[in-house]
Amino acid sequence: MLKQIEGSHAMAEAIALCRPEVICAYPITPQTHIVEGLGDLVREGDLQNCEFINVESEFAALSVAIGASAAGARAYTATASQGLLYMAEAVYNASGLGLPIVMTLGNRAIGAPINIWNDHSDAMSMRDAGWIQLFAETNQEAVDLHIIAFKLAEELSMPVMVCVDGFILTHAMERVDIPDQAQVDAYLPPFDPVQVLDPAEPVSIGAMVGPEAFTEVRFLAHYKQTQALSLIGAYSAEFNQAFGRDSGGLLRGYRAEDADLLIVAMGSVCGTIKDVIDEMREDGITIGLVTIVSYRPFPTDELRTVLAGAKDVVVVEKAIAPGVGGPLANNVDMALRNLPRSPRLHSAVAGLGGRAITKVSLHKLFRRAQVQPWEGTHFLDLNAVVVSREIHGSRKKRRSGPTAENILRRLAETPTHAAE
Amino acid sequence: MTDHTATLAPGDATQQLKYYQKGTFTVGNRLVDEGERSVQASQERSNALTCGHRACQGCGEALGARYAIDAAMRATGGDLIAVNATGCLEVFTTPYPETSWQLPWLHSLFGNAAAVASGVAAAMRVKGRKTRVIAQGGDGGTTDIGFQCLSGMFERNDDVLYICYDNEGYMNTGVQRSSATPPTARTATTPAIGLEPGNVFGTGKSVPKIAVAHNIPYVATATVADLHDLERKVTKAMSIHGARYIQIHVPCPLGWGAASNDTIHLARLAVESGLYPIFEAAHGRVTQVRKIRRQVPVADYLRRQRRFAHLFKGATEDPRVARLQAMCDANIVDYGLLDALGDDT
Amino acid sequence: MHGRGGQGVVTAAEMLSVAAFLEGRHAQAFPSFGSERTGAPVVAFCRISDTEIRLREPIMEPDCLIVQDPTLFKAIDVFAGLRPGGYLLLNTNRSFADLHIDKVAASLPPGHAVEVSASELAMKHVGRPLPNAALLGAFAALTGLVHVGSVQKAIEQTFSGKIGAANVAAALEAYNIVAESNRADATV
Repeated sequence: MLKQIEGSHAMAEAIALCRPEVICAYPITPQTHIVEGLGDLVREGDLQNCEFINVESEFAALSVAIGASAAGARAYTATASQGLLYMAEAVYNASGLGLPIVMTLGNRAIGAPINIWNDHSDAMSMRDAGWIQLFAETNQEAVDLHIIAFKLAEELSMPVMVCVDGFILTHAMERVDIPDQAQVDAYLPPFDPVQVLDPAEPVSIGAMVGPEAFTEVRFLAHYKQTQALSLIGAYSAEFNQAFGRDSGGLLRGYRAEDADLLIVAMGSVCGTIKDVIDEMREDGITIGLVTIVSYRPFPTDELRTVLAGAKDVVVVEKAIAPGVGGPLANNVDMALRNLPRSPRLHSAVAGLGGRAITKVSLHKLFRRAQVQPWEGTHFLDLNAVVVSREIHGSRKKRRSGPTAENILRRLAETPTHAAE
Repeated sequence: MTDHTATLAPGDATQQLKYYQKGTFTVGNRLVDEGERSVQASQERSNALTCGHRACQGCGEALGARYAIDAAMRATGGDLIAVNATGCLEVFTTPYPETSWQLPWLHSLFGNAAAVASGVAAAMRVKGRKTRVIAQGGDGGTTDIGFQCLSGMFERNDDVLYICYDNEGYMNTGVQRSSATPPTARTATTPAIGLEPGNVFGTGKSVPKIAVAHNIPYVATATVADLHDLERKVTKAMSIHGARYIQIHVPCPLGWGAASNDTIHLARLAVESGLYPIFEAAHGRVTQVRKIRRQVPVADYLRRQRRFAHLFKGATEDPRVARLQAMCDANIVDYGLLDALGDDT
Repeated sequence: MHGRGGQGVVTAAEMLSVAAFLEGRHAQAFPSFGSERTGAPVVAFCRISDTEIRLREPIMEPDCLIVQDPTLFKAIDVFAGLRPGGYLLLNTNRSFADLHIDKVAASLPPGHAVEVSASELAMKHVGRPLPNAALLGAFAALTGLVHVGSVQKAIEQTFSGKIGAANVAAALEAYNIVAESNRADATV
């Protein structure tokens, strides 16, 4: 049914349709509305056979989900940013134990400095933890990915993180088609665990594994993620059949087939990029977009195929690995290796800590890639004046003070933002 | 231990008797009624923690766990799931690729046993199953790193029995100090050197007291010196629903520097000196204490362990022994551990 | 839409998006996100389109501007980016001149800049100075971008029972006031 609904409430309804049995979450901006929405559905009786538990920390939240999942219940939780880090030990534990927990990540920047706005640094911090990571472009896709996620997780016995841009998606009200219960039931069968704590057939789960077997266990985790590559495609196709929407999949192209210039990005910024592409196409530039939905497992082969024909590739991402560059650009680079004629790769980092990514800036960035290519990481809309003043200031004086506070002060002193 | 006090009508000229036990303290014996025999005396015991595990010789924790879990298995007809924190118990019971657990068992992390158990309990509830849940861990995983999850479980009154095996230190990692380590004890991180050798006074916490402060339905301390009492307490706990906590004092011969055949004796000295009060509580109030038969000087307990050896090295006894004695005396008063009749023969 | 925390700015944007949705159009409503504090400046945005809205950036060049609180003029430049042919709807019982924004109002096409004493209407019908519903009614009359009937339904979906009805009454009165003054302008 079509609804005009806030993203987080749409997600709550979708998750409820998946018949979760144990929901546990600790509040953190910007995920709170999702969990509150679910809590309301439980209390109002719309979501039955579901235990909703108020836990005392994110570490406890995922731990409760671990226990519930191991005991055979369909378990769900949600977090963001600092909360994800606080449960980091449990994140690795859940994937190591092979538990099909689904978790919503309301993408938010990680501090310090503390920042409640959107970027992808939180998802990036757990990219090696062995979870599947799917990025939603719209709230419709966010709804659809959660349904696909439960099916995927339970088939693979592997936890899945559905990443949705904090505020930009979670707090935006837009048109979403919420499926009905019968449709979801037909697509997602009841949880049939691969391993379960059952007094009738006791097993010990979570033993220590030494050097003689650890490599094999890890290999199997890697192998399972590669299996996920084909399963994600299959389940998304099935979803399309059942619900009539082309959501999910590993990646999708927009006007990419004949493009000389290809943009690669994840999440909600792809919508803005599509508008820019249409405008630039009108100016005669053959530009297209590749939206990556499955970040983990990373669709290396599929990406290589779709990028091979381009002359330039610009990766626009909302995360930076200090001292290295953009993590997504790094992974895309991997896909471009060993191509007979590799496109030039340009790395751009944008939107950190919730800074708006505007069409104006993207136009400039994409044109620049063709006429003034750059090496290394380009920070979109960096205030170079403020930055250079801070660098000089810290060279002049030993006790120059906390960087973040200095920059805020300098920004207040120089209100006009000097675009690069 | 059975304790029958024969009460006499006033005016009776006979002497008051205090009856302590029939027969041996250990496994159980033919002189005792069936209902009073320990679970371990039965051929039908579940042996949930079966032999073959790799615990040290004389390990108090292995002893306590075997009694506790089998008692819980009997009380629940075997319909039980255990969640274990990282630690000695988890390590010596599941040496890859073997396990000595004969019940469904889950080990997740060091600090989350209580939360994981809450999750298992929630799953049982939602599925309409009557299966009960036990969380267990050492003092490190309970009083320190596991404390937040423990308090959360208590506060929500989740239907979990948490058993803490208190050997007063992080033994599995090499005998480091925890917040359960008693003052003056030598550990790898509170060495017996410097101005105040060993663990310092004025630190540490009593998780049983904190558990009582959460007003949960059942809290108890227990000891491997009284295995019948331990079984009784676990059985009683399993008859109650809601958050429950039992802390069992389990000497660690290796960590404490004691003889491996002295485990139960040491545990008894800890009780009889008043250093480790054994009590039960419910909904914020102490309901029962295990009386001390005859108060033993704490030095008798301390002298048998090398972790306290530095207190007795000098020409005179370290004055902190007197401080420990004062702690014991205070416990005896606070918990009413000695009968008004006092010392009796 | 500009206002202060506690004045229902975000709800206003959401209700407008619901009104557009009810007419079969695509609409996107979102706040400029920040720690919500009563009294602090709040901006919310709404995009309306007949096709799928893919753009996610904040609206920097609005076609329409609704200002719920005139005290904001001293704090922020609410007019930045307002398109030349755009609309301005201001919640006040004072004139543009009194508020020193007559130049801005004059720069817009005739009839595009309107003041409505929405807070007073809200007090009258709802008993609380929450001007958002009334402003939406005025908006419908001013721009014709949504029908007043859709505004009514959107308000009823957001506020139930008596409160919904009261807000609808405020919206309808505001609609009539602006529609009336449009007609008056047209005949002049």
